[in-house]
Amino acid sequence: MAELTFREAVAAGIAQEMERDPTVYFIGEDVAAAGGVFKATVGLLERFGPERVRDTPISEQAIVGAAMGAAMTGLRPIVEIMFSDFLATCWDMIANQVAKTRYMTDGQVSLPLVIRTANGGGSRFGAQHSQSLENWAMAVPGLKVVAPSTPADAKGLLAAAIRDPDPVLFFEQKSLYGIKGEVPDDEHVDRLGTARVLREGKDCTIVALAAMVPRAIAAATELDRLGIHASVVDVRCLVPLDTRTILGEVRKTGRLFTVEENPRLCGWGAEIVSIVADECFDDLDGPIVRITTPHVPLPAAQAMEDEAMPNVARIVATIKGSMR
Amino acid sequence: MKARTDKAPAANPGGIDDTTRLRLYRLMVELRDFEQRAYDLFMENLIRGTSHLALGQEAIAAGYAVAMREDDYTFCTYRGHGHTLARGASMAAAMGELLGRSNGMLHGKGGSMHLTDVTHGAMGSYAIVGAHMPIAAGAAWSAQVRKSGQVAVCFFGDGTTNIGAFHETLNLAVVWKLPVVFVCENNGYMEYTPIQSVTAVEHPAADRASAYGLESILVDGNDADVMYETAVRTIGRARSGGGPSLVEALTYRHGGHSRGDPATYRPKEEVSEWMSRDPILKYRERLASLGIDAMDEAVLRKIDDEVRQKVDLATDEARNAPPARIEDIETQVWSDGGSAWRN
Repeated sequence: MAELTFREAVAAGIAQEMERDPTVYFIGEDVAAAGGVFKATVGLLERFGPERVRDTPISEQAIVGAAMGAAMTGLRPIVEIMFSDFLATCWDMIANQVAKTRYMTDGQVSLPLVIRTANGGGSRFGAQHSQSLENWAMAVPGLKVVAPSTPADAKGLLAAAIRDPDPVLFFEQKSLYGIKGEVPDDEHVDRLGTARVLREGKDCTIVALAAMVPRAIAAATELDRLGIHASVVDVRCLVPLDTRTILGEVRKTGRLFTVEENPRLCGWGAEIVSIVADECFDDLDGPIVRITTPHVPLPAAQAMEDEAMPNVARIVATIKGSMR
Repeated sequence: MKARTDKAPAANPGGIDDTTRLRLYRLMVELRDFEQRAYDLFMENLIRGTSHLALGQEAIAAGYAVAMREDDYTFCTYRGHGHTLARGASMAAAMGELLGRSNGMLHGKGGSMHLTDVTHGAMGSYAIVGAHMPIAAGAAWSAQVRKSGQVAVCFFGDGTTNIGAFHETLNLAVVWKLPVVFVCENNGYMEYTPIQSVTAVEHPAADRASAYGLESILVDGNDADVMYETAVRTIGRARSGGGPSLVEALTYRHGGHSRGDPATYRPKEEVSEWMSRDPILKYRERLASLGIDAMDEAVLRKIDDEVRQKVDLATDEARNAPPARIEDIETQVWSDGGSAWRN
């Protein structure tokens, strides 16, 4: 084990897979010579050379489209879309082409490709560089959706995504890039579609994703002091979704709170709430509550952004109020 | 739309052998008869949804398909029946897909606009304008780094030249020197609107080639020999490491944009002028004028008869096939064959 930052773990995951599989190629804007604007791909160009690690023009449609054509014909491309907000500029490629082509051709083609992207708020970048867009991807059949919360998961889930035979959108919450954590030195490959129970409590279950996970943990620690003992589940992967783990915790605790960075409507938590309402209604002891960013574009100023995104104080207050 | 064939290089009647010429002829007749049959079935209401026929544009598909290597890649649009069949895909499977039958090429999941037969290098028909251009470039990128010698050929309409993906792709393909050929089938209309009324330059592809450092290539898309020669030259350039080409082939749709379009917006004189330049009609005249015995009327009539039988057989096979299977609705979202999104 070594202590790595989240951004170093991303690079380590890519390097591990490029070392192992010569068909893995990596392209994107500023990813090679510059090592990525978030420095999450430093050293890859030097290690794997300019053919396999390649800078592109600012052409998101061409980047994703090229990855798709390459994936159809024998490569396993990884692309970086610098900010997840820019997915909107290539959403045709992702939602209409990448996601649907296997189905529309009834399995004639496979699309083993990974689209990595820096996602989410907390960096005072304003509404066009801060969105939390996992739910966009989750709404399109044919896309797998991953959003890790720790350096170890960043490496292990990214490796799993690269090995996966289907297209994966890999969301890296940009405020997590600097966090440190223990990461296995040896080959580390995690499993997509597995949530993780990070903390067990008897009173309620908090499910969270990516940057909301450490906030949920901090909130649970504070709730302990108030006599409310919460389980915390890191969802890790929205598609496939580990409903077994989530439902198991909800059945034990009888209460569910989701902590979602996305704006309110149709956030990923809404789907989990719907599944829980369908399948463990009788186990519930009280209302299910979603804690989200309000349904607004994310504001830029520090004071506004910090208040808009779910924070520890709001998570604690909401759960405390609801559990009374 | 004005015909601007004056810039086109003259076909070299001596440069193409008889066997190739007969292949070109047969292929054009196959595409024509298949689509004519598809049109008839639409009119009988046996085919639902929509379809976009390339009647009148067969010389482009035939010229390129005959010049391609078996393992080269074709990417085309929703007007893609011809391009898919030209690579050798099953006519019965194509007809089955149009009819929504279980014998369909995509077992009913794609329909008319998405014909694909990867085993024949037909890498898909794409129904969002311009989307397949970067995908074709990606296949070319893959061929380049795998050093496979394969070439990707990407067909698209004139309307595509005004969408962002066209420009993003040409730029990337040139910068990366990819083995790809982009073929603009300029039939004069982007759906219902004359292309010249919505485009900054007279020749939507050829006039933009220079912006990407490419040769401006404008050819008669209704002349199968010209298309074949252009294909040999541009595919050869791609295969030998010379990078991409952008070809603008002038042609004309015999019908409307899609099933629901009678194309009344086109001047009668324009239509009749282009009908007189029908690629199959013209090619028959060319073959006759060459004075080669092997291409006499009887030989051509025999080809016509054989093709008609082939289309009849394909139609019967498709009409007799059961409907697409409802048990396939939830299959093949993922590589494991299923569609599970949760445990």
